[in-house]
Amino acid sequence: MGNILFCGVGGQGILLASEITSFALIKAGLDIKKSEVHGMAQRGGSVVAHLKYGDKVYSPLIEPGAADIEVAFEMLESLRYLPYLNRESRVIVNTQKILPPSVTTGVEPYPDDVLAQLRGKGLAVFPVNAFEAARLAGETKAVNMILVGCLSAFLPVEAEVFRAVIKERVPERFMKANIEAFKQGREIIGNLLRAAG
Amino acid sequence: MGVITYISRFLVMKKRETSTKTTEKQLLSGNEAIALGAFESGVKVASAYPGTPSTEILENFCAYEGVYAEWAPNEKVALEVALGASFAGVRALATMKHVGLNVAADPLFTAAYTGVRGGLVIITADDPEMHSSQNEQDNRNYAFAAKVPMLEPSDPSEAKEFMKIAYRMSEEFDTPVLVRTTTRVAHVKGLVSPGKHEDSSVKAGIEKIPEKLVMLPSNARKRRVELEKRMARLREFAETFPENRIEWGDRKRGFITSGVSYLYVKEAFPDASVLKLGMAYPFPSGMIKDFASKVDEVFVVEELDPFIETHVKAMGVSCKGKELIPSYGELNAGIVRRAITGKAVETVFEPVPIPFRPPNLCPGCPHRGIFYAISKLNVFVAGDIGCYTLAALKPLSSMDSCVCMGASIGTAFGMEKALGKDALGKIVAVIGDSTFIHSGITGLIDIVYNRGFTTVIILDNRTTGMTGHQPNPSTGVTITGDISTLVDIEAICRAIGVKHVRTINPHEIEAAIKVLREEVERPEPSVIITKAPCVLVPEMKKRKDKTLFLVMPEKCAGCRTCLKLGCPAIEWVAVTPEEAKRLGYKEKQKGYSRINAVLCDGCGQCAPLCKFKAIVTAKKEGK
Ligand code: SF4
Ligand code: SF4
Repeated sequence: MGNILFCGVGGQGILLASEITSFALIKAGLDIKKSEVHGMAQRGGSVVAHLKYGDKVYSPLIEPGAADIEVAFEMLESLRYLPYLNRESRVIVNTQKILPPSVTTGVEPYPDDVLAQLRGKGLAVFPVNAFEAARLAGETKAVNMILVGCLSAFLPVEAEVFRAVIKERVPERFMKANIEAFKQGREIIGNLLRAAG
Repeated sequence: MGVITYISRFLVMKKRETSTKTTEKQLLSGNEAIALGAFESGVKVASAYPGTPSTEILENFCAYEGVYAEWAPNEKVALEVALGASFAGVRALATMKHVGLNVAADPLFTAAYTGVRGGLVIITADDPEMHSSQNEQDNRNYAFAAKVPMLEPSDPSEAKEFMKIAYRMSEEFDTPVLVRTTTRVAHVKGLVSPGKHEDSSVKAGIEKIPEKLVMLPSNARKRRVELEKRMARLREFAETFPENRIEWGDRKRGFITSGVSYLYVKEAFPDASVLKLGMAYPFPSGMIKDFASKVDEVFVVEELDPFIETHVKAMGVSCKGKELIPSYGELNAGIVRRAITGKAVETVFEPVPIPFRPPNLCPGCPHRGIFYAISKLNVFVAGDIGCYTLAALKPLSSMDSCVCMGASIGTAFGMEKALGKDALGKIVAVIGDSTFIHSGITGLIDIVYNRGFTTVIILDNRTTGMTGHQPNPSTGVTITGDISTLVDIEAICRAIGVKHVRTINPHEIEAAIKVLREEVERPEPSVIITKAPCVLVPEMKKRKDKTLFLVMPEKCAGCRTCLKLGCPAIEWVAVTPEEAKRLGYKEKQKGYSRINAVLCDGCGQCAPLCKFKAIVTAKKEGK
């Protein structure tokens, strides 16, 4: 049984990332339920997807305090869903910033201590510059696959399974970059885990 | 910038993944599963108006072979088309969001009298928590009020199966069947097994059966009696209906529940006894009484209204329900557990105060330009339903009411009639293209016919934006991407009798303000059509000739005027007095504006607003 919370800003490829992860879990023989919200909530607003897996999954929603892993596609968003986390939760944070309206219009600043706040709660934080990594992988749009690569290291699924799913699901012309991004993601998380001992 | 060319809409059809041949389990959303269920049930005709969370049903269904699917102008028409198809002896489907059923309620109530020939299923997709809606009405009440059976799946797998059951029931009982989903069924993905293809038991063709289909009072009175008999048969059917089932467990607590609430109960109390109602209406009273007699305490767990609870209590069964379970918003396993046990789960981390991230109009959105212009008029803006409702938020703050699809025009006119001449120049109605076609036309007729002077602003952005860019009659493209006759909004307005119809470019704010001023002051009905495509329609996304804008930092005086547009691409950079000095600004300048080149869409709305001519095209700057 595991609960993964994906969050970020509309248009960041969160739905595809959670989809690829779902397929990989299914291929590994697990039941999954994934919940997302469409419509008005998507227009540049904060977006969240709940993914639950296990032998049999009932509720599609993760309860507060029950997320095992949070994958934040945008730095500030990692803090927004804090009540879903517990002390054991792992937090993968894309350090990319997308400024909310109150920041762009100069009403309030973008908090400069997001990672420190997360760490201050005793959480295992894995900051990833996914945009830069995606650029190096040859496709800035592959930010989501970098993060899927990072996430995959914590799931009971072989990397091969993920690769097979990406090959099935991603259009031909983006495939190479996405496979590369996935690999990069796994390397990044590997390094972070080693550094953490 | 310059002239916005009028781009015809070519919707490229995406072929669905959902193959019909495989027997392997598929990962489908509730909506995709409903589409598959409809296809497997042999549905031939489907009609809908897009509405979250129901939209993807038809978008998926239309890709199956051998079916007809359409976007109707509104839900009433959608249901009538489906009913007609049923009269012709084929299986038919109408889908809509919860508030859409209000629009379609008229045919629904009488379709319950006529009954069907081919199976007829109506999907109502409710939205507890109002993720994307203006209210969270509980449409189970419609099943009761219209005397129509309702099935309520709890996940995608059931959603598909229930569709097939619904069609069989519809034909067996000669009734339309409602299938109710909620956001957490419609937009949840789960594993679904494809199944066998079925066909209607009815033969397609024209059959004249006036005593069944012509609801003159004399016929309707007879059908009314039939309706009662049918409900009695359905109540009996409910007792043995396999999807009304008891899962015995610990008998201290017995839960009666349905839909997604069932899943929350199972997660919160895996060992308890549960009576799961696959049919939300009518109720199996024998089964319920029997279940209640075998457990110590009965709890009804349902989202929104005490629908099951009221009926269970009316059977003389005592139970606990809404005194424990919240009657608004969504539930989840945690809420259910806390409500029943009284024990709050400890939240480990409290929310921390961080900047809010509300949805916003996109950079380059044509709505932003026209609402900025309207905000300069100091008028009451009767608004409507669409992306543009976001103009009610800061900094545009230029919508003053928003009720339901099409309401802008009627409410503006009502205010005007209430205030008489004093209202001249003080009220406008604003409505989108798709919403105007949906139910704005009749309001406009009222204004003309009853000698009003309301100014109606129709925002024509060539698509139905909020629900995910569906074509509509005014785009001249069908759901499957075929080119069709374009319904001309301007011609409609003229035909209704509006003498002053002007079409403007919403990106040109100064010109728009001038036209707005002239028209609101006019003591006659007038329509202003703003024409510019949504930035998310494919032609706009693909265009190569985008000219981006930038702020020349040396020219920016930090007056913040451009920020009032609320374009996400324009960012304020605060500076300290020292920095200001270093940058060559006056010491008291608090900051400067900057345009984020990744976000800018090149609409050009911001440039003329800057009195200091600091905003220029990137080309001009040679960058
Ligand atoms: S760019 Fe122009 S309008 Fe915007 S703050 Fe600077 S001077 Fe003012
Ligand atoms: S920055 Fe100016 S030109 Fe660019 S999208 Fe925003 S308003 Fe339009």
